[in-house]
Amino acid sequence: MNATIRKIVTVVEETRQEGGRDVSPPTRRAAAIAVIANPFAGRYEDDLTPLMTIGEELGRLLAERAVAALGIDGAKVESYGKAAAVGEDGELEHAAAILHPKLGAPFRKVLTKGAALIPSSKKRGGLGTVLDIPLGHKDAAFVRSHFDGMEVQINDAPRAGEIMVAVAVTDSGRPLARVGGLKTSEIKGEDGLR
Amino acid sequence: MPDVVIRKRATIVEDILHEGGPPAAVPLKRGAVLSVIRNPFAGRYVEDIAGFMDDLTPLGLDMARTLLAALGGDPARIQGYGKGAIVGAGGELEHGALWHVPGGYAMREILGDAKAIVPSAKKVGGPGTRLDVPITHINASYVRSHFDAMEVGITDAPRADEILLALVMTTGARVHARVGGLKAGDIKGEDGLR
Repeated sequence: MNATIRKIVTVVEETRQEGGRDVSPPTRRAAAIAVIANPFAGRYEDDLTPLMTIGEELGRLLAERAVAALGIDGAKVESYGKAAAVGEDGELEHAAAILHPKLGAPFRKVLTKGAALIPSSKKRGGLGTVLDIPLGHKDAAFVRSHFDGMEVQINDAPRAGEIMVAVAVTDSGRPLARVGGLKTSEIKGEDGLR
Repeated sequence: MPDVVIRKRATIVEDILHEGGPPAAVPLKRGAVLSVIRNPFAGRYVEDIAGFMDDLTPLGLDMARTLLAALGGDPARIQGYGKGAIVGAGGELEHGALWHVPGGYAMREILGDAKAIVPSAKKVGGPGTRLDVPITHINASYVRSHFDAMEVGITDAPRADEILLALVMTTGARVHARVGGLKAGDIKGEDGLR
Protein backbone atom coordinates (compact mmCIF):
# COMPACT_ATOMS: atom_id res chain seq x y z
CA MET A 1 0.00 0.00 0.00
CA ASN A 2 1.44 3.35 -1.01
CA ALA A 3 -1.28 5.28 0.81
CA THR A 4 -0.90 5.90 4.54
CA ILE A 5 -4.47 5.45 5.72
CA ARG A 6 -5.58 6.92 9.04
CA LYS A 7 -9.23 6.02 8.86
CA ILE A 8 -11.80 4.31 6.65
CA VAL A 9 -15.49 5.11 7.04
CA THR A 10 -18.42 3.37 5.37
CA VAL A 11 -21.95 4.75 5.32
CA VAL A 12 -25.07 2.93 4.14
CA GLU A 13 -28.38 4.73 3.69
CA GLU A 14 -31.71 3.04 3.13
CA THR A 15 -34.74 5.19 2.27
CA ARG A 16 -38.06 3.55 3.09
CA GLN A 17 -40.38 6.54 2.70
CA GLU A 18 -40.22 9.73 0.65
CA GLY A 19 -42.87 12.43 0.64
CA GLY A 20 -44.91 10.28 3.01
CA ARG A 21 -45.10 7.34 0.58
CA ASP A 22 -43.51 3.95 0.98
CA VAL A 23 -40.48 3.30 -1.22
CA SER A 24 -40.70 -0.38 -2.12
CA PRO A 25 -38.14 -1.82 -2.35
CA PRO A 26 -36.24 0.82 -0.37
CA THR A 27 -33.52 2.70 -2.27
CA ARG A 28 -30.04 2.00 -0.93
CA ARG A 29 -26.68 3.64 -1.38
CA ALA A 30 -23.29 3.34 0.24
CA ALA A 31 -20.12 5.38 0.44
CA ALA A 32 -16.62 4.36 1.49
CA ILE A 33 -14.21 7.11 2.48
CA ALA A 34 -10.48 6.87 3.22
CA VAL A 35 -8.58 9.53 5.13
CA ILE A 36 -4.98 9.43 3.90
CA ALA A 37 -1.78 11.39 4.42
CA ASN A 38 -1.10 13.91 1.64
CA PRO A 39 2.55 13.30 0.73
CA PHE A 40 2.77 16.74 -0.92
CA ALA A 41 1.10 18.87 1.75
CA GLY A 42 2.84 22.18 2.34
CA ARG A 43 5.04 22.16 -0.79
CA TYR A 44 4.76 22.40 -4.54
CA GLU A 45 5.57 19.17 -6.37
CA ASP A 46 5.51 19.01 -10.12
CA ASP A 47 5.28 15.23 -10.49
CA LEU A 48 2.06 13.90 -8.94
CA THR A 49 2.55 10.28 -10.08
CA PRO A 50 2.60 8.91 -6.49
CA LEU A 51 -0.90 10.32 -5.94
CA MET A 52 -2.09 8.65 -9.15
CA THR A 53 -0.80 5.32 -7.83
CA ILE A 54 -2.63 5.94 -4.56
CA GLY A 55 -5.78 6.62 -6.58
CA GLU A 56 -5.42 3.26 -8.28
CA GLU A 57 -5.11 1.45 -4.93
CA LEU A 58 -8.03 3.29 -3.40
CA GLY A 59 -10.21 2.70 -6.48
CA ARG A 60 -10.21 -0.99 -5.70
CA LEU A 61 -10.17 -0.81 -1.89
CA LEU A 62 -12.98 1.73 -1.55
CA ALA A 63 -15.12 0.13 -4.25
CA GLU A 64 -14.85 -3.23 -2.49
CA ARG A 65 -15.70 -1.67 0.87
CA ALA A 66 -18.69 0.24 -0.48
CA VAL A 67 -20.10 -2.75 -2.38
CA ALA A 68 -19.61 -4.98 0.67
CA ALA A 69 -21.41 -2.45 2.86
CA LEU A 70 -24.31 -2.47 0.41
CA GLY A 71 -24.30 -6.26 0.59
CA ILE A 72 -24.80 -6.93 -3.13
CA ASP A 73 -22.73 -8.24 -6.04
CA GLY A 74 -20.66 -5.57 -7.74
CA ALA A 75 -22.50 -6.33 -10.97
CA LYS A 76 -25.78 -5.24 -9.33
CA VAL A 77 -24.57 -1.71 -8.68
CA GLU A 78 -26.64 0.78 -10.67
CA SER A 79 -24.98 4.17 -10.16
CA TYR A 80 -21.68 5.50 -8.94
CA GLY A 81 -19.64 8.57 -8.13
CA LYS A 82 -16.37 9.72 -6.57
CA ALA A 83 -15.06 12.76 -4.72
CA ALA A 84 -12.13 14.08 -2.71
CA ALA A 85 -11.54 16.80 -0.14
CA VAL A 86 -7.99 18.09 0.27
CA GLY A 87 -6.86 19.48 3.63
CA GLU A 88 -5.80 23.09 3.82
CA ASP A 89 -2.07 22.49 3.14
CA GLY A 90 -2.75 20.70 -0.14
CA GLU A 91 -3.78 21.65 -3.66
CA LEU A 92 -6.94 20.93 -5.56
CA GLU A 93 -4.65 19.32 -8.12
CA HIS A 94 -3.76 16.64 -5.54
CA ALA A 95 -7.41 15.60 -5.49
CA ALA A 96 -7.40 15.57 -9.27
CA ALA A 97 -4.32 13.31 -9.35
CA ILE A 98 -6.03 10.77 -7.11
CA LEU A 99 -9.45 10.85 -8.74
CA HIS A 100 -8.93 11.15 -12.47
CA PRO A 101 -6.01 9.24 -14.00
CA LYS A 102 -6.21 5.77 -12.40
CA LEU A 103 -9.01 5.40 -9.83
CA GLY A 104 -11.72 4.50 -12.33
CA ALA A 105 -10.39 1.26 -13.84
CA PRO A 106 -10.16 -0.77 -10.60
CA PHE A 107 -13.47 0.77 -9.44
CA ARG A 108 -15.17 -0.47 -12.63
CA LYS A 109 -13.51 -3.87 -12.31
CA VAL A 110 -15.19 -4.39 -8.92
CA LEU A 111 -18.51 -3.60 -10.62
CA THR A 112 -17.65 -5.78 -13.68
CA LYS A 113 -18.83 -2.93 -15.93
CA GLY A 114 -19.16 0.83 -16.01
CA ALA A 115 -19.38 2.34 -19.45
CA ALA A 116 -20.28 5.81 -18.20
CA LEU A 117 -17.98 8.54 -16.96
CA ILE A 118 -17.75 8.41 -13.16
CA PRO A 119 -19.16 11.76 -12.00
CA SER A 120 -16.91 13.53 -9.53
CA SER A 121 -16.47 16.55 -7.30
CA LYS A 122 -13.56 17.94 -5.34
CA LYS A 123 -12.81 20.72 -2.91
CA ARG A 124 -10.37 21.95 -0.30
CA GLY A 125 -11.54 22.34 3.26
CA GLY A 126 -11.01 21.85 6.97
CA LEU A 127 -12.18 19.27 9.48
CA GLY A 128 -15.80 18.29 9.03
CA THR A 129 -15.95 19.46 5.41
CA VAL A 130 -19.07 18.14 3.70
CA LEU A 131 -18.53 16.34 0.40
CA ASP A 132 -21.40 15.96 -2.04
CA ILE A 133 -20.54 12.91 -4.16
CA PRO A 134 -22.38 13.19 -7.48
CA LEU A 135 -24.10 10.01 -8.67
CA GLY A 136 -24.90 8.86 -12.20
CA HIS A 137 -25.90 5.56 -13.80
CA LYS A 138 -22.80 3.43 -14.33
CA ASP A 139 -23.58 2.36 -17.89
CA ALA A 140 -25.55 5.30 -19.32
CA ALA A 141 -24.95 8.81 -18.02
CA PHE A 142 -28.27 10.10 -19.39
CA VAL A 143 -30.50 7.89 -17.22
CA ARG A 144 -32.45 10.64 -15.49
CA SER A 145 -33.80 8.59 -12.59
CA HIS A 146 -30.24 8.01 -11.37
CA PHE A 147 -28.99 11.63 -11.31
CA ASP A 148 -28.39 12.03 -7.60
CA GLY A 149 -25.84 12.87 -4.94
CA MET A 150 -24.77 11.56 -1.55
CA GLU A 151 -23.48 13.77 1.21
CA VAL A 152 -20.65 12.48 3.40
CA GLN A 153 -18.80 14.06 6.30
CA ILE A 154 -16.20 13.00 8.86
CA ASN A 155 -15.95 15.32 11.82
CA ASP A 156 -12.17 14.94 12.29
CA ALA A 157 -11.07 15.02 8.64
CA PRO A 158 -9.37 16.20 6.55
CA ARG A 159 -6.58 17.59 8.72
CA ALA A 160 -4.27 20.09 7.01
CA GLY A 161 -1.95 17.35 5.73
CA GLU A 162 -4.62 14.86 4.72
CA ILE A 163 -6.93 14.01 1.84
CA MET A 164 -10.41 12.46 2.12
CA VAL A 165 -11.12 10.17 -0.84
CA ALA A 166 -14.66 8.85 -1.33
CA VAL A 167 -16.58 6.59 -3.67
CA ALA A 168 -20.32 5.96 -3.64
CA VAL A 169 -22.44 3.18 -5.15
CA THR A 170 -26.18 2.48 -5.21
CA ASP A 171 -28.57 -0.35 -5.99
CA SER A 172 -31.20 2.09 -7.27
CA GLY A 173 -32.07 5.56 -8.51
CA ARG A 174 -33.85 8.30 -6.60
CA PRO A 175 -36.81 7.27 -4.44
CA LEU A 176 -40.07 7.86 -6.37
CA ALA A 177 -38.23 9.12 -9.50
CA ARG A 178 -40.82 10.58 -11.90
CA VAL A 179 -39.40 13.31 -14.07
CA GLY A 180 -39.08 11.26 -17.24
CA GLY A 181 -35.99 11.04 -19.44
CA LEU A 182 -34.03 7.94 -20.44
CA LYS A 183 -35.12 4.87 -18.44
CA THR A 184 -32.91 2.01 -17.24
CA SER A 185 -34.94 -0.34 -19.46
CA GLU A 186 -33.87 1.68 -22.52
CA ILE A 187 -30.12 1.60 -21.92
CA LYS A 188 -28.01 0.45 -24.85
CA GLY A 189 -24.85 0.63 -22.75
CA GLU A 190 -22.43 1.06 -25.61
CA ASP A 191 -21.21 4.63 -25.47
CA GLY A 192 -21.64 5.26 -21.75
CA LEU A 193 -24.23 7.94 -22.45
CA ARG A 194 -27.48 6.16 -23.45
CA MET B 1 -49.81 3.47 21.14
CA PRO B 2 -49.05 4.53 17.52
CA ASP B 3 -47.15 2.49 14.94
CA VAL B 4 -43.43 3.03 14.47
CA VAL B 5 -43.09 4.44 10.94
CA ILE B 6 -39.52 4.40 9.59
CA ARG B 7 -38.52 6.77 6.79
CA LYS B 8 -34.82 6.07 6.59
CA ARG B 9 -32.07 3.94 8.08
CA ALA B 10 -28.33 4.53 8.01
CA THR B 11 -25.37 2.47 9.18
CA ILE B 12 -21.94 4.05 9.64
CA VAL B 13 -18.72 2.18 10.39
CA GLU B 14 -15.36 3.82 11.07
CA ASP B 15 -12.14 1.78 10.91
CA ILE B 16 -9.54 3.82 12.79
CA LEU B 17 -6.01 2.69 11.92
CA HIS B 18 -4.10 5.46 13.70
CA GLU B 19 -4.35 9.06 14.79
CA GLY B 20 -0.81 10.21 14.21
CA GLY B 21 0.83 7.54 16.39
CA PRO B 22 1.78 3.91 15.80
CA PRO B 23 -0.87 2.08 13.74
CA ALA B 24 -2.96 -0.30 15.84
CA ALA B 25 -2.38 -4.03 15.28
CA VAL B 26 -6.14 -4.36 15.01
CA PRO B 27 -7.88 -1.16 13.88
CA LEU B 28 -10.54 0.23 16.22
CA LYS B 29 -14.05 0.01 14.85
CA ARG B 30 -16.72 2.54 15.80
CA GLY B 31 -20.17 2.00 14.40
CA ALA B 32 -23.55 3.68 14.51
CA VAL B 33 -27.00 2.71 13.33
CA LEU B 34 -29.57 5.46 12.84
CA SER B 35 -33.31 5.30 12.26
CA VAL B 36 -35.48 8.23 11.25
CA ILE B 37 -39.02 7.66 12.50
CA ARG B 38 -42.20 9.69 12.56
CA ASN B 39 -42.80 11.43 15.89
CA PRO B 40 -46.40 10.54 16.72
CA PHE B 41 -46.54 13.32 19.33
CA ALA B 42 -45.20 16.20 17.19
CA GLY B 43 -47.05 19.50 17.11
CA ARG B 44 -49.00 19.20 20.34
CA TYR B 45 -48.61 18.35 24.01
CA VAL B 46 -49.45 14.74 24.79
CA GLU B 47 -49.37 13.79 28.47
CA ASP B 48 -49.26 10.02 28.20
CA ILE B 49 -46.34 9.05 25.97
CA ALA B 50 -44.60 6.30 27.95
CA GLY B 51 -46.37 3.45 26.16
CA PHE B 52 -44.43 4.29 22.98
CA MET B 53 -41.32 2.81 24.62
CA ASP B 54 -42.81 -0.66 24.19
CA ASP B 55 -43.51 0.07 20.54
CA LEU B 56 -39.86 1.05 20.04
CA THR B 57 -38.49 -2.17 21.54
CA PRO B 58 -38.59 -4.31 18.35
CA LEU B 59 -36.97 -1.47 16.38
CA GLY B 60 -34.23 -1.20 19.01
CA LEU B 61 -33.47 -4.91 18.78
CA ASP B 62 -33.40 -4.77 14.99
CA MET B 63 -31.05 -1.78 15.07
CA ALA B 64 -28.72 -3.43 17.62
CA ARG B 65 -28.54 -6.56 15.46
CA THR B 66 -27.83 -4.51 12.34
CA LEU B 67 -25.06 -2.64 14.11
CA LEU B 68 -23.47 -5.76 15.56
CA ALA B 69 -23.46 -7.34 12.09
CA ALA B 70 -21.82 -4.22 10.63
CA LEU B 71 -19.08 -4.52 13.26
CA GLY B 72 -18.31 -8.15 12.42
CA GLY B 73 -21.11 -10.03 14.17
CA ASP B 74 -19.28 -11.24 17.30
CA PRO B 75 -20.86 -9.84 20.50
CA ALA B 76 -17.69 -10.73 22.44
CA ARG B 77 -15.78 -8.10 20.44
CA ILE B 78 -17.98 -5.18 21.51
CA GLN B 79 -16.37 -3.15 24.31
CA GLY B 80 -18.07 0.24 24.30
CA TYR B 81 -21.56 1.59 23.71
CA GLY B 82 -23.78 4.65 23.72
CA LYS B 83 -27.11 5.94 22.48
CA GLY B 84 -28.77 9.17 21.48
CA ALA B 85 -31.73 10.91 19.86
CA ILE B 86 -32.41 14.08 17.89
CA VAL B 87 -36.01 15.30 18.07
CA GLY B 88 -37.35 17.40 15.17
CA ALA B 89 -38.57 20.96 15.71
CA GLY B 90 -42.20 19.92 16.26
CA GLY B 91 -41.34 17.72 19.22
CA GLU B 92 -40.11 17.88 22.79
CA LEU B 93 -36.85 16.76 24.35
CA GLU B 94 -39.00 14.39 26.40
CA HIS B 95 -39.85 12.50 23.20
CA GLY B 96 -36.13 11.75 22.82
CA ALA B 97 -36.12 10.37 26.34
CA LEU B 98 -38.47 7.61 25.14
CA TRP B 99 -35.37 6.00 23.59
CA HIS B 100 -33.54 5.37 26.89
CA VAL B 101 -35.27 2.15 27.82
CA PRO B 102 -35.73 0.42 24.43
CA GLY B 103 -32.33 1.54 23.09
CA GLY B 104 -30.44 0.43 26.17
CA TYR B 105 -32.40 -2.78 26.54
CA ALA B 106 -31.72 -3.73 22.93
CA MET B 107 -27.94 -3.46 23.24
CA ARG B 108 -27.83 -5.35 26.54
CA GLU B 109 -30.01 -8.06 25.02
CA ILE B 110 -27.64 -8.45 22.07
CA LEU B 111 -24.42 -8.22 24.08
CA GLY B 112 -25.42 -10.54 26.91
CA ASP B 113 -24.37 -9.45 30.33
CA ALA B 114 -23.32 -5.80 29.85
CA LYS B 115 -23.26 -4.17 33.30
CA ALA B 116 -22.59 -0.46 32.80
CA ILE B 117 -25.21 2.19 32.21
CA VAL B 118 -25.47 3.13 28.52
CA PRO B 119 -24.36 6.77 28.24
CA SER B 120 -26.63 9.00 26.18
CA ALA B 121 -27.18 12.42 24.65
CA LYS B 122 -30.23 14.04 23.14
CA LYS B 123 -31.28 17.34 21.65
CA VAL B 124 -33.93 19.08 19.56
CA GLY B 125 -32.74 20.17 16.13
CA GLY B 126 -33.43 20.62 12.43
CA PRO B 127 -32.38 18.53 9.41
CA GLY B 128 -28.62 17.94 9.36
CA THR B 129 -28.19 18.41 13.11
CA ARG B 130 -25.12 16.55 14.35
CA LEU B 131 -25.14 14.66 17.64
CA ASP B 132 -22.08 13.58 19.63
CA VAL B 133 -23.10 10.22 21.03
CA PRO B 134 -21.10 9.48 24.21
CA ILE B 135 -19.43 6.07 24.57
CA THR B 136 -18.20 4.20 27.66
CA HIS B 137 -17.10 0.65 28.46
CA ILE B 138 -19.98 -1.84 28.49
CA ASN B 139 -19.09 -3.35 31.87
CA ALA B 140 -17.43 -0.56 33.86
CA SER B 141 -18.21 3.12 33.28
CA TYR B 142 -14.92 4.29 34.79
CA VAL B 143 -12.64 2.60 32.25
CA ARG B 144 -10.77 5.69 31.06
CA SER B 145 -9.41 4.25 27.81
CA HIS B 146 -12.96 3.69 26.53
CA PHE B 147 -14.37 7.18 27.16
CA ASP B 148 -15.16 8.23 23.61
CA ALA B 149 -17.86 9.70 21.41
CA MET B 150 -19.04 9.35 17.83
CA GLU B 151 -20.54 12.18 15.83
CA VAL B 152 -23.60 11.19 13.79
CA GLY B 153 -26.20 12.93 11.67
CA ILE B 154 -28.23 12.71 8.48
CA THR B 155 -28.49 15.63 6.06
CA ASP B 156 -32.28 15.54 5.64
CA ALA B 157 -33.29 14.47 9.13
CA PRO B 158 -34.95 14.98 11.48
CA ARG B 159 -37.77 16.89 9.86
CA ALA B 160 -40.10 18.74 12.25
CA ASP B 161 -42.32 15.70 12.78
CA GLU B 162 -39.53 13.13 13.06
CA ILE B 163 -37.11 11.67 15.60
CA LEU B 164 -33.64 10.39 14.72
CA LEU B 165 -32.68 7.47 16.98
CA ALA B 166 -29.06 6.32 17.33
CA LEU B 167 -27.16 3.37 18.78
CA VAL B 168 -23.36 3.29 18.84
CA MET B 169 -20.86 0.50 19.60
CA THR B 170 -17.06 0.23 19.53
CA THR B 171 -14.62 -2.68 19.51
CA GLY B 172 -12.06 -1.16 21.86
CA ALA B 173 -10.26 1.74 23.47
CA ARG B 174 -9.35 5.05 21.79
CA VAL B 175 -6.71 4.17 19.22
CA HIS B 176 -3.80 5.76 21.15
CA ALA B 177 -5.29 5.67 24.69
CA ARG B 178 -2.56 6.59 27.19
CA VAL B 179 -3.92 8.78 29.98
CA GLY B 180 -4.09 6.16 32.72
CA GLY B 181 -7.10 5.51 34.96
CA LEU B 182 -8.98 2.25 35.39
CA LYS B 183 -7.89 -0.29 32.76
CA ALA B 184 -10.23 -2.72 31.03
CA GLY B 185 -8.03 -5.53 32.42
CA ASP B 186 -8.68 -4.40 36.00
CA ILE B 187 -12.48 -4.37 35.88
CA LYS B 188 -14.21 -6.10 38.79
CA GLY B 189 -17.51 -6.02 36.90
CA GLU B 190 -19.82 -6.07 39.87
CA ASP B 191 -21.44 -2.65 40.02
CA GLY B 192 -21.16 -1.50 36.39
CA LEU B 193 -18.80 1.27 37.48
CA ARG B 194 -15.37 -0.33 38.15
